[in-house]
Amino acid sequence: MSSIASPERIWWNPLSRVEKFWVVLAIIVGLAMFSSMFIWMAIGKQNIPTETYQVTKDQFSHASQRMVQQYRVRDDAGVPVVSPPAGSDVYLVARAWQWSPILQLKEGETYRLHLSSMDFQHGFSLQPGNLNLMVLPDYDYVATITPDKAGEYTVICNEYCGLGHQAMVGKIIVTE
Amino acid sequence: MAKVSTNVQPMDSTDFRTCPVTGLKVHLPAQRLIIANAVTAVVALLIGGIFAILIAFTRVPAVKLLPPETFYRLLTAHGTDMLVFWIVFFEVAGLYFGGAVLLNARLVKPGLGWLAWVLMLAGAILTNIIMLAGKADVMFTAYPPLQAHPLFYFGVILFAVGALLAIGLFMATVIVAKSERRFTGSVPLVTYGLIVAAIIGIFTLLAGAVAFVPTFLWSVGLLPRMDPGIYRIVFWAFGHPAQQVNLAAMVAVWYALATLTVGAKPVNEKVSRFAFLLYVLFINLGSMHHLLVDPALGTATRMFNTSYFMYLAVVGSLIHAYSIPAAVEVAQRKKGITGLFGWLTRAPWGEPGFAALVISMVIFGFIGGTTGVIQGNDQINLIAHNTLRIPGHFHATVVGGTTLAFMGLTYYLLPLMTQKQLVGRGWARVQPYIFGSGIAILALGMLWSGIQGVPRRTADISASGLAGVDTTLVLVGVGGTIAFAGLVIYILIAVSTLLFGKRQKC
Repeated sequence: MSSIASPERIWWNPLSRVEKFWVVLAIIVGLAMFSSMFIWMAIGKQNIPTETYQVTKDQFSHASQRMVQQYRVRDDAGVPVVSPPAGSDVYLVARAWQWSPILQLKEGETYRLHLSSMDFQHGFSLQPGNLNLMVLPDYDYVATITPDKAGEYTVICNEYCGLGHQAMVGKIIVTE
Repeated sequence: MAKVSTNVQPMDSTDFRTCPVTGLKVHLPAQRLIIANAVTAVVALLIGGIFAILIAFTRVPAVKLLPPETFYRLLTAHGTDMLVFWIVFFEVAGLYFGGAVLLNARLVKPGLGWLAWVLMLAGAILTNIIMLAGKADVMFTAYPPLQAHPLFYFGVILFAVGALLAIGLFMATVIVAKSERRFTGSVPLVTYGLIVAAIIGIFTLLAGAVAFVPTFLWSVGLLPRMDPGIYRIVFWAFGHPAQQVNLAAMVAVWYALATLTVGAKPVNEKVSRFAFLLYVLFINLGSMHHLLVDPALGTATRMFNTSYFMYLAVVGSLIHAYSIPAAVEVAQRKKGITGLFGWLTRAPWGEPGFAALVISMVIFGFIGGTTGVIQGNDQINLIAHNTLRIPGHFHATVVGGTTLAFMGLTYYLLPLMTQKQLVGRGWARVQPYIFGSGIAILALGMLWSGIQGVPRRTADISASGLAGVDTTLVLVGVGGTIAFAGLVIYILIAVSTLLFGKRQKC
């Protein structure tokens, strides 16, 4: 009997004590990891958002434009900077190869951040802090966020979206 | 006509030879197909390896070897050549070996085997031409609405049809071998593992058809639009299970290497086979790992799938992690080796297959498997998704694990199939250490960079404002160089053996 030869006809042998111990241990590890998923969800401060809507590119871009018209405070290298009120819906548009507008949010306040793409698939990656979400065209993905530290954050695209992908960098500013 | 019942069909002696060393009856048409598929695999490995070293040095900030456009083009080709063409061609060779040679049986319909090889080769060449011509800068995943040239999707489909045919041929070979009573009792454990790989492979390739056929129709204008979210779900029902095929095939190779190098026998067939069965049932749920931070997926769906239904597939891997070392220990002790760790200290570390087995298990288990399970957790995926942690994980599994195990097997398969002595045996002894250490450094560099937020699939991160990641990205270059050296040594040994090896009875 070996791994590369046919075993004897009856190989349905009982497990030895050591084998039983190992298999039971492995199952316990599996169950522990499984239950930890629920525990983390209950006590973790940051969970994956599940709120999603179907949206057309026009609808989403109009919603974003309305927000820009109402709450624009200045421009930064041609990209509008908006300061929407706390608790409001904010719209971040991804297109090859730009994030717009630049959002200026208040520390400790809660916002509903809408993400969608005008063309390809993009990846919303907030740095530093390292928070990553997929941004797809025709999907409005809503993340309820509460910035907990003031500063200037970079939004990089971490899903390949064409030859200018590495230049797709945006900004979120959190004020005190 | 009266039916004459014979227990064993007469072997057509002209189609078989008997290996004096192993006693295996080798079906010559199977042998030719095994060599053809393995050689094609190694060519794909060489091409993918050259792209690998170029893209690795583009990720080192101090070097930035390639301009972005070339980087994305070669990254697409690297992923496709390695994850699909190298691995699947080698697996087809492995399937024919496990289905025909290990069962002392004939490969049914070798003509269909050649048709499968031609389809796969045509698909691989077509896809490579389109990618290198710059008509498919869409990455291995080809997420719509990014669109490649229709022939890119067509090439992938051709390859998949060929691979499906090869799997069907393997299954038919095992069934015919059983009915012709070429072996008694059950199939050997290695063949059992390969059957598991083949079952997962069938599911994988059917999902691939559901992903790529509509995308092909869309690229020629016959479908108005592809839903990006649905495509991701279907693509990953192909993309991740393809890696589970590699997992099952790799574990089968581990058992084979343990037997070939120290004469290890499965301690308990029941335990090992049950662990393989867990793969069939649960491993593919892990595909959902790619979709954790996608819109439109509910929490319950994510929990059920990403935990492989309570981590039962992980339990399968943990069982192999026990039963293979246990088999080695038992075999070593039977030789009279004593002491608590004598079975390890007096193990044949200079035997390439043994070194490949151990290093492959260590890199796969401790770097690849652990990071996979960790990054598949909901909250952690939020900070890991699409960072370099992801390629860090799968270079440890698919390269440090599967590829290294396949390299180790080559040192035994090649002399057996070509009847030639291995050229450069001294190099083969050190090759697993060189390749393994390189991949370990590469994977750790990627993981460490990813933890700091460095995105994957990005030619240049200077615009992203990420600070303090230069050192960890240097590890990608250092590890890549060492691994590339190991890859070149492997290819030189394989090619020289094939061309210049001394004839021997084997």
